[in-house]
Amino acid sequence: MPAVATLPAWLQRSLIRWGVHPDDHKRPVADLPVERLPLPSRLFLPLQQHVGAPARPVVKIGDHVLKGQLLAESAANISAPVHASTSGRIVDITTYPAPHPSGLEQPVMVLEPDGKDRWIDTAPPADPFALPPTEVGRMVSAAGVVGMGGATFPSAVKLALGLRVQVEILIVNGGECEPYLSCDDRLMRDHAAGVVDGIRLALHAIGAQEARVGIENNKPEAIAAMQQAAAPFPEVRIMPVPAQYPMGSDKQLIQVLTGREVPFDGRAADAGVLVHNVGTCHAIHQAVRLGRPLVERLVTVSGGAVRRPRNVVAPIGATAQALFDYCDGLASAPARVIMGGPMMGNPLATTASPVIKGTSGLLALTQEEVGEGERAGPCIRCASCVSVCPMNLLPLEMAAHIRSDDPDGAFQLGLNDCIGCGCCSYVCPSAIPLSHYFSYAKGALAANERAKLKSESIKKLTTARLERQEREAREKAEAAARRKAEREAAKARAAAQANAATAKAATADVNA
Amino acid sequence: MSTLPQPNHAPHAHSGLKVSRIMATVMLALTPATLFGFALFGWPSILLWLVTVGSCMVLEVACLRLAGRGGPKTLWDGSALLAGWLLAMTLPPFAPWWIGVVGAFATIVVAKHAYGGLGQNPFNPAMVGRVALLISFPLPMTTWVQPSPLFAASSPSLIDSLHIVFSGTPVPDALTSATVLGHVKAEATRGIDALQAVLGLQMDGSGLGWHAGSLGETGTLLILAGGLFLLARRIITWHIPASLLAGLALPAAIGHAVAPEQFLSAGAHLTAGAAMLGAFFIATDLVTSPATSAGRLIFGFGCGLLTWVIRTFAGFPEGLAFAVLLMNAGVPLIDRYTRPRIYGHGQPAKAS
Repeated sequence: MPAVATLPAWLQRSLIRWGVHPDDHKRPVADLPVERLPLPSRLFLPLQQHVGAPARPVVKIGDHVLKGQLLAESAANISAPVHASTSGRIVDITTYPAPHPSGLEQPVMVLEPDGKDRWIDTAPPADPFALPPTEVGRMVSAAGVVGMGGATFPSAVKLALGLRVQVEILIVNGGECEPYLSCDDRLMRDHAAGVVDGIRLALHAIGAQEARVGIENNKPEAIAAMQQAAAPFPEVRIMPVPAQYPMGSDKQLIQVLTGREVPFDGRAADAGVLVHNVGTCHAIHQAVRLGRPLVERLVTVSGGAVRRPRNVVAPIGATAQALFDYCDGLASAPARVIMGGPMMGNPLATTASPVIKGTSGLLALTQEEVGEGERAGPCIRCASCVSVCPMNLLPLEMAAHIRSDDPDGAFQLGLNDCIGCGCCSYVCPSAIPLSHYFSYAKGALAANERAKLKSESIKKLTTARLERQEREAREKAEAAARRKAEREAAKARAAAQANAATAKAATADVNA
Repeated sequence: MSTLPQPNHAPHAHSGLKVSRIMATVMLALTPATLFGFALFGWPSILLWLVTVGSCMVLEVACLRLAGRGGPKTLWDGSALLAGWLLAMTLPPFAPWWIGVVGAFATIVVAKHAYGGLGQNPFNPAMVGRVALLISFPLPMTTWVQPSPLFAASSPSLIDSLHIVFSGTPVPDALTSATVLGHVKAEATRGIDALQAVLGLQMDGSGLGWHAGSLGETGTLLILAGGLFLLARRIITWHIPASLLAGLALPAAIGHAVAPEQFLSAGAHLTAGAAMLGAFFIATDLVTSPATSAGRLIFGFGCGLLTWVIRTFAGFPEGLAFAVLLMNAGVPLIDRYTRPRIYGHGQPAKAS
């Protein structure tokens, strides 16, 4: 398949045979100027805001810290450090409700701002392009940059991988296909130069020659701003793509921008590409050009229940409640409060949960926006789910297997290829929660896998134990036999000696 | 704010598409052709339609009650109404009331609820109803009448119609007639070839539906218009209608080119009988057709081809119902062998 994005615009739409067009609800918020959240009285900085191992604290309770100071260091190969979002005092290291549907508590550092918002001394390099690529990667790693589109994978790990396997193309994800969200749109409009600089730094860090920036064509202002900023740099190509959810999914964007597919058992790098979100590129720019770690981000606060929806720059660790309050609170009781977008975002268990590095949006949705919440009806095999699935799966058949408690059957049909985009649930006329089914079945499969591994290891241990017991018994028996043989040999020897003695005596007797 | 609503899995939005809306759209698409049929055949057709649809609704309620799945929502999804409507479209307009009731029983009880209700039935319910009637009661199911427009002087009045439908008064001989396909088949048995048979028929305006037949056979152009409406509203995809019509027209065209006296032309096949109704409303039934695009092409072509084979070589003048049921039986197999290639599987990663 050719790269759809390189074809004329009128052809693109008809060549993309997947996806849905939810009401985007992006305006007017996307057109309003960004506002900055005043410093809240407390910030809650989770030690784990990324994929991988939680960061390890390097400051103590009571320490005074400056904005951008390292609070917790990267604790493994795949991990990311956490920095102070403002200057102030560490008042506690404790547990606090995570921004997760469970609302379970996770380790956090509690920072009480001193109101001065004083930065650490930074010493950015004069010309980062003169640095070796690995050094740029190290700076990104030290700045705690993670995937800001929501995946929160440590960016430096990806850069190192890209350098190692020599990817050819850097894909920059400015798709922002989730409804409501406009933080990436706003970032590209307001900070296009910074984003393009970050893209070039990332190119330098992985040694690739070309960056393709995919931006959905419902963001003409962002496209124009980015084109202008990228004009002096031919290696950065701005490519408008059709506004079609889930365009911002890595696999789909790679397909549309390059015509390549990520192999089912591989990574993007196996297709010769690496994907970074525009927000991540801007964070890389901040980290390398200004020496500033990732301590704040743009968050879209929106949804029908929010009185004054806005794009807000918030320090990492501000609570969801603080952001809603800044937007004049909620006009009505929301049906759901979501972190992220409505298609893939997670509902929050409590608005006390903090904004983390991967928080793109905070949405308070009304019942009307969420849908009527009808009970699921029987599948009428309309195959709407089949026609929208961006992975070419057969959701209706996978769901039938899962309903009859057969996750393995669903696995055979490609369950693990499901990217969880939610298109199938979105279109299902019978309101069957297909995405939910698939999450459940993926969990069940993983649990089965774990149980299998466990029973295998138990079996191995049991076999080993039996073998050992057998061996020990055998050795014992052998030792006993040996001892017996020795005893008998000794006895025989003694008898022989005795015989010999008798014989000798007899001979002596004879001789005598 | 400490108490938030119970967490729910994403997505937190819905397109608003509903089963009841799909069914309502299909009924809307059927309405023009149905009204045309009512006008063409008058009160008996209206009464028979009411009896058929009403029986389907009553039986649906009874079955849902028996299954313990009652409730107005399940009834008003409209699936029973639509199945009854489609069945009524295929009946001779002057058939007696019990044809409608027995057909509704076969449609709703046997073809749908015996398998577990909406979404579970492997065979198209309306076609099961029609075939059951055709095999069990060949005479009333093949007694066709000439158009006898509503309020025309020669047409039966409401009272006469009540007699025809409810008390078994025979249809006046003057009114009986054969369908185009029935006529050609009958003439063939008398040794008159297809060319002559069609010429002998008053074919003027047959494309407009002014001839004997069921409601679904007469308003061909209106059925086509309704089908195009469904395509535009994305209730159905183009695959089944296109491949079904191709599967019917291709062998017909070849046969007609080779031996016109033996084989009807493609045009006659497409405009006569239930070709259009079948292509846009019957074979496209969501529950009983394949889920993949490739599967739909195979399914549609098979329906068309079998229809032509039955019409041409078998004892029945019209074979669409049989063709659809035969292909229904193959749907699980078709679906199994037309699974689309999953993204990232079986293709080299670097295409360009």
